[in-house]
Amino acid sequence: MKVLVNGAGIGGLCAAFEFASRGAEVTLKEKSTELSVNPSWQAGGMLAPWCEGEAADEIVVAEGAKAVHWWKKALPNEVQHHGTLVVVAPRDASELSRFSTQTTNHDMIDGNRISELEPSLAGRYRKALFFKEEAHIDPRRAMLALADKLQAMGGRIELDATGEPDDPAYDIVVNAVGMAEKDSRLRGVRGEMLIVRTPEVALSRPVRLLHPRIPLYVVPRADHHFMIGATMIESDADLKPTVRSVVELLNASFTLHPAFAEAEVMEMNSGVRPAFADNIPRVEKRGRQILINGFYRHGYLMAPSLAVQAADMAFELTNTEDITS
Amino acid sequence: MVTFYDKEVASHFLLGTAQYPSPQILSEAAKAGEVDILTVSLRRETAGGQQAGQKFWELIQNLGVHVLPNTAGCHSARDAILTAKMARDLFKTNWIKLEVIGNSDTLQPDLFQLVVAAEELCADGFEVFPYMTDDLVLAERLLEVGCKVLMPWCAPIGSAAGPLNLTALRTLRSYFPDTPLVVDAGLGRPSHATTVMELGYDAVLLNTAVAKAGDPVAMARAFKHAIEAGREGYLAGMLEPRDFATPSTPLIGQAVFS
Repeated sequence: MKVLVNGAGIGGLCAAFEFASRGAEVTLKEKSTELSVNPSWQAGGMLAPWCEGEAADEIVVAEGAKAVHWWKKALPNEVQHHGTLVVVAPRDASELSRFSTQTTNHDMIDGNRISELEPSLAGRYRKALFFKEEAHIDPRRAMLALADKLQAMGGRIELDATGEPDDPAYDIVVNAVGMAEKDSRLRGVRGEMLIVRTPEVALSRPVRLLHPRIPLYVVPRADHHFMIGATMIESDADLKPTVRSVVELLNASFTLHPAFAEAEVMEMNSGVRPAFADNIPRVEKRGRQILINGFYRHGYLMAPSLAVQAADMAFELTNTEDITS
Repeated sequence: MVTFYDKEVASHFLLGTAQYPSPQILSEAAKAGEVDILTVSLRRETAGGQQAGQKFWELIQNLGVHVLPNTAGCHSARDAILTAKMARDLFKTNWIKLEVIGNSDTLQPDLFQLVVAAEELCADGFEVFPYMTDDLVLAERLLEVGCKVLMPWCAPIGSAAGPLNLTALRTLRSYFPDTPLVVDAGLGRPSHATTVMELGYDAVLLNTAVAKAGDPVAMARAFKHAIEAGREGYLAGMLEPRDFATPSTPLIGQAVFS
């Protein structure tokens, strides 16, 4: 089977990888000259279906729960499987109870357990929610590793190349081009993030700080780097991060741990997330074309599930044609 | 029925549009609550071009409700006035929910800047819905400069604390019997809405209590019922609390067979 995948965001990369690993002859076309131009490059990389269940639909929780397994199989060395810690400033204690009633698969833990898990946070929080089955990956390493493995399996990657959405030279065309898709159902939700660096804080897992207005997460990365995210603004303006957003994110990180005050700000970035009205990502087949889009804030969580579904659709399609022809 | 600046609406329930799990759920909540007026913010959403938030607003406008744009996120009269003008262009309405934030933690309004902005906007033909505290003198000033609706908080935005000062809310109602009064901000649960509607308030404006509920659609419906209950109770004329029990059947003259 000859497959063209348009778009090398996380949706396209996962789909290309899934098709190639099932023996398809895959070409991946990306209109940018580098993978890093994609909004997926700015993601948090949390594989946190149960935390996301606070606001996300049940299907995101159920499908997202399978993501850790897919990522471990695809990139065994990249998945950090240490759970998620959810904390709250003392005055916002009621936020923690609200979060606990709106999510599942967590344990309420006390200060001693928090110190065992994250010594950097010792003495700072008396209660937290621990989602022990959750995991995280570094999105940038993951994108590059998927691209490498795709090529190792014989897949071709063409950068600076805009593929046809219905190129007749292929049996199947997967369109995963995010906001570039001409689909009136899609809207943009801007997100802004920071990367800071400090050796004074060490974390083993993503930590979420609940706040009535400015919820925040901090994801540890290699070499004392931390990704701090992320805003959610109903706008498709492709802007650099705004002062207000940066101030809010920095303030919240400082609340999480005062040592972040002395961290170096390494990066400030933003991206526009494609989303459908229900914020649920979709995979849809129309003839030879398969649409993968609308990842909203669930790219790394949902791309594996959509890739598997897309490949299932395509292989079922070709099998059916084999039988009928 | 309640009338805001010559527009009559059936619902006494105004709903904010922030923080929902998705626009789809927002839309279902608005329908379940039988809401006629939705507020929308645009300070952040218009950064980078007035059309940047268009998709989200279209989803709201397609619900066939009145849109009440707000100036959330503005910290000065100047900022709020500019945002109001942008809102008039974008939504083709003179309605503006005027918020001028004085304290960025509690989101308490800056009352001084609020009056300045309200005066200028009213003079410019806007129909201003001022987000305010429950202060009587402030209310008088806002009416003097041309506001014909008042929207006092009953507790800080997003606090879910419910009415903290019933006396102040009652005072506003009794001083301004003919001005539409809307409790804006601070409601956490349906019974809070019933309480303020029982005082004779014309409507309530909610956001967080619905948007962050476990089931926003069911919560919108619950608030609708609570608001209607409070409104009907007020119209029906409620008994005032009494210091002692009053038997409903007189004891005097009762036959005694013992």
